[in-house]
Amino acid sequence: MGLLPKKAHRRKKLGLIVLMIMGVGVAVGMVSMALKENINLFFSPTQVVGGEAPMNHNFRIGGLVRTGSVKRSNDSLEVSFDVTDTAKNLPVIYTGILPDLFREGQGIVAQGKLRADGTFVASEVLAKHDETYMPPEAAEAIKNAQKMQATLKE
Amino acid sequence: MWLFYHKLGSPRYFYNLSGKLLPWFGWLTLLLILVGGYWGLVLAPPDYQQGDSYRIIYIHVPAAWMSLFVYIVMASAGAVGLIWKMKMADIVASCSAPLGAAFTFLALVTGSLWGKPMWGTYWVWDARLTSELILLFLYLGFIGLEAAIDDKRTAANACAVLALVGVVNIPIIHYSVEWWNTLHQGSTVTRLDKPAMDINMLIPLLLMWLGFMFYFGTSLFMRARNEVLHRERDTTWVKELVVE
Repeated sequence: MGLLPKKAHRRKKLGLIVLMIMGVGVAVGMVSMALKENINLFFSPTQVVGGEAPMNHNFRIGGLVRTGSVKRSNDSLEVSFDVTDTAKNLPVIYTGILPDLFREGQGIVAQGKLRADGTFVASEVLAKHDETYMPPEAAEAIKNAQKMQATLKE
Repeated sequence: MWLFYHKLGSPRYFYNLSGKLLPWFGWLTLLLILVGGYWGLVLAPPDYQQGDSYRIIYIHVPAAWMSLFVYIVMASAGAVGLIWKMKMADIVASCSAPLGAAFTFLALVTGSLWGKPMWGTYWVWDARLTSELILLFLYLGFIGLEAAIDDKRTAANACAVLALVGVVNIPIIHYSVEWWNTLHQGSTVTRLDKPAMDINMLIPLLLMWLGFMFYFGTSLFMRARNEVLHRERDTTWVKELVVE
């Protein structure tokens, strides 16, 4: 009780403000829930394979570049790779310059269209980076530790 | 508690107290930003993926945190002004707005400059970037609305309502990276788990953030003191102060 305003009209005003914020919160919450698919920046390979993505329309896909899937053309800038969410894979081809962070195992977001044969033709590829920051030595140490674990299991 | 609260509501009391705190805040700002900046830009190790480019984090992240913090200060002051009709609260809200807008702008610009080399684009309409841009518009709307209404009391009330409606955007910004698919990565520091950052990179980041906090305090005090003198120019204590 000690923290509430002492006078009745001030308590009423505080109540109104709390009510207003809650009202706006609920309204915005419902709107963004209804628009969830539109606010999401990209579709996952599972969604694309499951037919949720629009055909004949530009859209974005997101996922990891599958390790060992990157193939570069010898005479042009064309690159082909698979984007995976570990459940499903989606083949992607792209012609152009890739961002510095593009590498196998890296998260990416690509914009483009789905071809009839199920290949995603990207017009733009963006690299996503994760929220981890560490010095190169630490990353090296983790990699070695994982290798050790793997050999021990074998 | 209530006594201190009522005292702080008096412009004269605020003027005297902030005058005493101001030099401390100023020197702390300078010290924290110098130490944090040197540690972050020179001593901290490079990142395993981004090399030295990640160092823009030492401006970007504190600025982004401040953009949210200042908004909460501004909206709370607005609420206090609405409920208790406290002059000081109106002044704090009104003086916070341009500072918050500046932090938001800084966060957007540094983020954009960081996005180009790392992501491959300056801008993308994902939930995090868009909601932060809306925050900038909320600040600008606040400043514009205040300037459009001549009567200070009416202006403060209208602006407080705008600020309070906009509060809903604050959790959206923070959780946007969890609720929706975004290009922006998840939270590194402000999460339940332990921070996903090397301790040698994290400490300068927190120092920079503290520096930004004290910078905000310093600027807010300076602006609010000017505003107090201006609004109270007809009272005897201000006249006495000026005569001295």
